[in-house]
Amino acid sequence: MTDLTALSYTSEHEWIALDGDIATVGITDFAADKLGDVVFVELPGADSTVSAGDVCGEIESTKSVGELYAPLNGTVVEVNDAVVDDPSLVNAEPFDGGWLIKIRVEGDLPANLLDRAAYEELTA
Amino acid sequence: MTDTPAPPRTSPLHDRHEALGASFTDFGGWNMPVRYTSDLAEHHAVRRAAGLFDISHMAEFWVQGGRAGEFLDYVLAGRISTMKVGKAKYSMVLAESGGIVDDVIVYRTGEGYFLVIANASNRDAVATAFDDARATWSTAQAFLDGPLEGTDYAVTSGGAIPRVEDVTDQVALIALQGPKARGILSSTPGVDITGIALDDLGYYAWTDGTFEGAPLFVARTGYTGEDGYELLIPLAQAGALWDAVLAAGEPEGLVPCGLAARDTLRLEAGMPLYGHELSRDIVPAQAGLGRAVAGDKPAFIGKDGLSTVDADAPVLVGLVSEGRRAGRAGYAVLHGDDVVGEITSGALSPTLGHPVAMAFVAPAASTIGTELTIDVRGTRIPATVTALPFYRRNA
Repeated sequence: MTDLTALSYTSEHEWIALDGDIATVGITDFAADKLGDVVFVELPGADSTVSAGDVCGEIESTKSVGELYAPLNGTVVEVNDAVVDDPSLVNAEPFDGGWLIKIRVEGDLPANLLDRAAYEELTA
Repeated sequence: MTDTPAPPRTSPLHDRHEALGASFTDFGGWNMPVRYTSDLAEHHAVRRAAGLFDISHMAEFWVQGGRAGEFLDYVLAGRISTMKVGKAKYSMVLAESGGIVDDVIVYRTGEGYFLVIANASNRDAVATAFDDARATWSTAQAFLDGPLEGTDYAVTSGGAIPRVEDVTDQVALIALQGPKARGILSSTPGVDITGIALDDLGYYAWTDGTFEGAPLFVARTGYTGEDGYELLIPLAQAGALWDAVLAAGEPEGLVPCGLAARDTLRLEAGMPLYGHELSRDIVPAQAGLGRAVAGDKPAFIGKDGLSTVDADAPVLVGLVSEGRRAGRAGYAVLHGDDVVGEITSGALSPTLGHPVAMAFVAPAASTIGTELTIDVRGTRIPATVTALPFYRRNA
């Protein structure tokens, strides 16, 4: 089980797990619950460059479409093919098997990332 | 000066939904369950077993006394006066322009008694339509009847105007839908069918019953494309009925279902949703509902407006696509490079596994088999015009 207090969060409901210069990114359980059952994800290709705050993918549920915002600057080094094949992983394991992309971080992390307490306050 | 929006209303079953862990959404001014666990699981449960929906947000009007049938012939688009007691009928309230004010189900509950069930969001509009019609109907009917012998129109009344009573706040409405619905209702303790037996009850018909001594109105109608029932029960017994049906159905796979599943179920079944496929800017024929209008009635609200309908007006079609990316309400529909219409409802069909949508398109692009494209946020997705419904249960 992922230690949620070890993650960083954005106000757009992404989570970030940093390991060296590699950031694993997904959406939070809060976002997944709001969307409902996820049936389609579109993710940026490996090697693509992403910029913090830009839309870099889409997450569709039966009811709605959510945008995936890049939480930081960098290059996509890995895409979770398992979640492309089975988008329900986003609902079932948002912090584990439902991760979306891994980004090699370039430059400084954005200053507006939230810690767990701040994110819980945001979604309270 | 600012208007403070009214706080959303809550269903008489709200405590049940909270106990079941529902997520809620505002719908037609009501705070209703959008899902309990998973909208996909709830959708599949209705197709394969059964689902239980709280639809107490819907509006109920009793129309009774006087010449109620003829009054409803005047207020509604269809021919109501010839309905048999015990039957139900899909109909519409029209504006003078012919545009759709609401779509409703009418149940004839007696010679001079009708129940009209309307959409939550249109409760006030339907009440206003009834009020307006009560003011004009007597005169209209008098002209149809002609003057009584020895009198003239000035002293002729159209006959007793029926009473119209909004009873929405006195009842709960619960929909039990799915192939297992009949078995579940039959086995629910406390439910006693006193009218036509469930095995003999036709589709779009209703029967009487009781639940723990309270009157229970059982209609074989629904909004999912499956067989099932809509159950009208006084407030005091609503919670107990919900609990009893849920408990009786659990071994059969019955689950409580929210509005998310209700929406994908009705979309697959090709059923219009007011505010999406239906509005005051749409006349029935555009939405494929021309057959629900009895145009040969001598007088009804909207009749004059319907006589001047634009032949080039967009018409409702079904669209199917491959892949998993669905067009959504508001997305443009193109024929070649020309925008020919707009999607009103769309989703990845849980039952069929591919995207489906309903859209209004130009008549020239509406022929079944026409290849169109949908602008899905900048990407063109091919879509083929298809007959509605997308899904039809095995009878």
